[in-house]
Amino acid sequence: MTGTYLGMPSFPRAAEASTRDHRLRANLRRATHTIRAKRDRAVAELDDWAQLRAAGAAVKDRTLRHLDHYLLQLEESVTRAGGTVHWAADAAEANRIVTGLVLATGEREVVKVKSMATQEIGLNGALAAAGIRAYETDLAELIVQLDDDLPSHILVPAIHRNRAEIRDIFLRRMADWGLSAPEGLTDRPADLAEAARLHLREKFLRAKVAVSGANFAVAETGTLVVVESEGNGRMCLTLPETLISVVGIEKVVPTWRDLEIFLQLLPRSSTAERMNPYTSMWTGITDGDGPRAFHLVLLDNGRTDTLADGTGRQALRCIRCSACLNVCPVYERAGGHAYGSPYPGPIGAVLTPQLRGLASPLEESLPYASSLCGACFEACPVAIDIPEVLVHLRERVVEGGAVTVRGTRTVIKPAKRHATERAVMRAAGWAFDHPRVLRSGQRLLARTRGLHPRRLPGPGRAWSDTRDLPEVPPESFRDWWARTRGGPGRGGEPS
Amino acid sequence: MRVGLFVTCVNDTLYPRTARAVVTLLERLGVQVDFPAEQSCCGQPFFNTGYRHRTEPLLRRYAAAFRDHDYIVTPSGSCAAMVRDNYPRIAAKAAAEGRPAAVPGAVAEAVARTYELTEFLVDVLGVTDVGAYYPHTVTYHPTCHGLRVLGLGDRPRRLLEHVEGLDLRELPGAEECCGFGGTFAVKNPAVSTAMGTDKARAVTATGARALCAVDNSCLMHIGGILAREGSPVTPVHIAEILACSKEEGADRTRSGDGAGRGAVR
Amino acid sequence: MNGGTSRERILGRVRRALADVPPSEHPGDHPVARDYAVQHGERTHSATVGLLAENLEDYRARVHRTDAPGLPALLARLLGERGARRVVVPAGLPGGWLAGAPAELVLDSPVLTDHELDSVDSVVTGCALAIAETGTVVLDAGPDQGSRRITLIPDHHLCVVRTDDQVVGSVPQAIRRLTPARPLTWISGPSATSDIELERVEGVHGPRTLEVILVAGDPREL
Repeated sequence: MTGTYLGMPSFPRAAEASTRDHRLRANLRRATHTIRAKRDRAVAELDDWAQLRAAGAAVKDRTLRHLDHYLLQLEESVTRAGGTVHWAADAAEANRIVTGLVLATGEREVVKVKSMATQEIGLNGALAAAGIRAYETDLAELIVQLDDDLPSHILVPAIHRNRAEIRDIFLRRMADWGLSAPEGLTDRPADLAEAARLHLREKFLRAKVAVSGANFAVAETGTLVVVESEGNGRMCLTLPETLISVVGIEKVVPTWRDLEIFLQLLPRSSTAERMNPYTSMWTGITDGDGPRAFHLVLLDNGRTDTLADGTGRQALRCIRCSACLNVCPVYERAGGHAYGSPYPGPIGAVLTPQLRGLASPLEESLPYASSLCGACFEACPVAIDIPEVLVHLRERVVEGGAVTVRGTRTVIKPAKRHATERAVMRAAGWAFDHPRVLRSGQRLLARTRGLHPRRLPGPGRAWSDTRDLPEVPPESFRDWWARTRGGPGRGGEPS
Repeated sequence: MRVGLFVTCVNDTLYPRTARAVVTLLERLGVQVDFPAEQSCCGQPFFNTGYRHRTEPLLRRYAAAFRDHDYIVTPSGSCAAMVRDNYPRIAAKAAAEGRPAAVPGAVAEAVARTYELTEFLVDVLGVTDVGAYYPHTVTYHPTCHGLRVLGLGDRPRRLLEHVEGLDLRELPGAEECCGFGGTFAVKNPAVSTAMGTDKARAVTATGARALCAVDNSCLMHIGGILAREGSPVTPVHIAEILACSKEEGADRTRSGDGAGRGAVR
Repeated sequence: MNGGTSRERILGRVRRALADVPPSEHPGDHPVARDYAVQHGERTHSATVGLLAENLEDYRARVHRTDAPGLPALLARLLGERGARRVVVPAGLPGGWLAGAPAELVLDSPVLTDHELDSVDSVVTGCALAIAETGTVVLDAGPDQGSRRITLIPDHHLCVVRTDDQVVGSVPQAIRRLTPARPLTWISGPSATSDIELERVEGVHGPRTLEVILVAGDPREL
């Protein structure tokens, strides 16, 4: 049973612990730095990257602005090709639909391809409650599942584990889930991959039902696309008799031709490859090849609430490549678990508070989990201006305002926890708009400079626990200017 | 040409030496500098923390203070980025909220005349050799807003490379954020410190005696960690390096603020 | 079909969320500039084939080149070197390709179980096309390729590409030639994972050995 995200602490509290975990820090640093350099090379190979990126963003924007049209077109195409389309307004409904579909087959186990959407809705827990065992088949998801852990990265859910830890998990836990790990298993990645191959093969050959997500769903043709590396996706998509795909409504793209953009943007941004080893595309069902029943579950679960925000909407362009995680200095140090959702890193910081609403101290803290350095925006293959959305969400937190919650337009109040900060900002805003006041403050600061403590008490400790304070100079620039340049600048002394 | 110095609140209050260096440098290059005293903060601390509406009076103040200047020059990549990137956004949002007068057209005009110092030197004055002399080892940290929002590119480096006596040391992982991020530094102190500590370690490992950047706020953060760790590296704003010359004495920056920061010891 | 009410609810939410989109705007009105490259750089056809070989090898596929008459002998040699005793083949694979192969041929068919396929050593197929810039072969379940599972379960895949008419330069060129109604499998090297410390390791669930044979001329009549 995989853990849950319920009751997670706010980001700063979680990060206070995770930044002290030296092994985690070392694992993340090695992994993210490895992929950064590779991604730079993969992207540099294409001299039209800027055009591809702009086209990818534009296609997604076109889709989002006419999402009802494209969803209906997708439904029609998939149905025409022999699939069945289901609509799920929230996680509970999606779980109910999938559980019902599995139970109707008479099977009590399913194999799963890594899917962010099913992580988001907690499908494995819902299936377990109905007596259905779900086997994760992606190597990293398998590691996470065997260890009762939570994923911490979109592409590499076990990125927080190094090879030695993975070996230990395999040796300790594989036997409980099926074929045990080979004796004398080393921590060579190739040996670990081989152990996973052996452990999962019997499950693939036995499984009658598979659950997947999808990277893209083409409205025009009804084609679904899964991009993967290991072949576990192909196993799940082609061997079982029944395939159930849970797909967020924002995954739709208008036309077949649009894939020529995303199949160039995605692999180079995610695994930094020219192309990932396997991409499967299927349109409904095919006689004599693959599943005999195909169900597409279209998932809302907060996506329409996100869509309703003109600035926040761009987060729905996301193609889950995880490039923003890999370049993020905050993610690298805090780790994925601190984000309290299957969507960690910069994209999680803008997606989670929108999908769930500013529902708890965790969601309220996520928009602040960034230094606004802009590396994520620069790396994003669909040009999501993550810093812009972060600042926009910060405004929602401190000022409140109009939001949409489960389809209903509502006005939220400013967050209570920010009351002191609001008062300080009000006072500071007033002072900055009255330079005479500002100047008095500067002079007071300068006159008392001999008395300033090296470390601040109270909230100031957040700074001075780890950093020296700058020494305050005896004279501000504006006083120096007034003294040496013959009085105040042009326009006289301001009011 | 009328050039207005937008000093920024951080430099005005804590780093007047940097602002005075800008005046020295520009005057040496034959530019007459004006300092309109009604200027204030660019509003970034408010905006980035979510208090967009609090910035609007500051936008109007900025436009009014610099209404007569051909160029507005500021020794801060971050504040220049606030003006250039976010002022238009704030104006658009005010208009969308039915309050177009909150951010009048004069603001957009001022935005178009705003330059970060190294941009002004390289793009407007067309100089990369400013006649500076600074006989020290220096490493350069390109701050995020200068690098990614303004797109300063290699302008600061080109200026530093022409400084006589300056030995520029490559900073590994230079493009990674130092972890300051304004209120991020106190809202997420653990991550901010972790980032700053890694940056400080990289800086110290270069063996340089001075750390140079286009932003004193980032230098305050990295410098605060360097000082706490007892590192011998001194943070120095690029304006202070460029202002030094043989005639005026390389150690001119040492006297002045009285604060221990700024001059290489 | 389930959840008619949820369908209406979601569509209603979408429409309310898009209140800022003018009702007169049609989907095609939102501009998409397709000014990206149709292919990257100009190349002769033989250079394109060379690039395909290079990129396939870069991701650890083994690449062989031959002409049409040489294909059966090459396949026989590769299967022999592998020690393949049982080889699965699609129903439409030209009969001459494996005429000299020292192996028992198993025909792709719906009655073949997955477990039976698991005991097969190798699979030999053609392809729909190959993409040079990415080092990809694409299968579309055509007669010379068979059902998707036969190229998945065996550990060794020999894939024949006709260089005269099956190699395209780029992803956009491939998309324009493929038919989405067919089940498609894009293969770029053997199966791999980057899940351990983001380092690529070849060989997980799909065939751990991918051999691509680039054939000049037309081997369909063999």
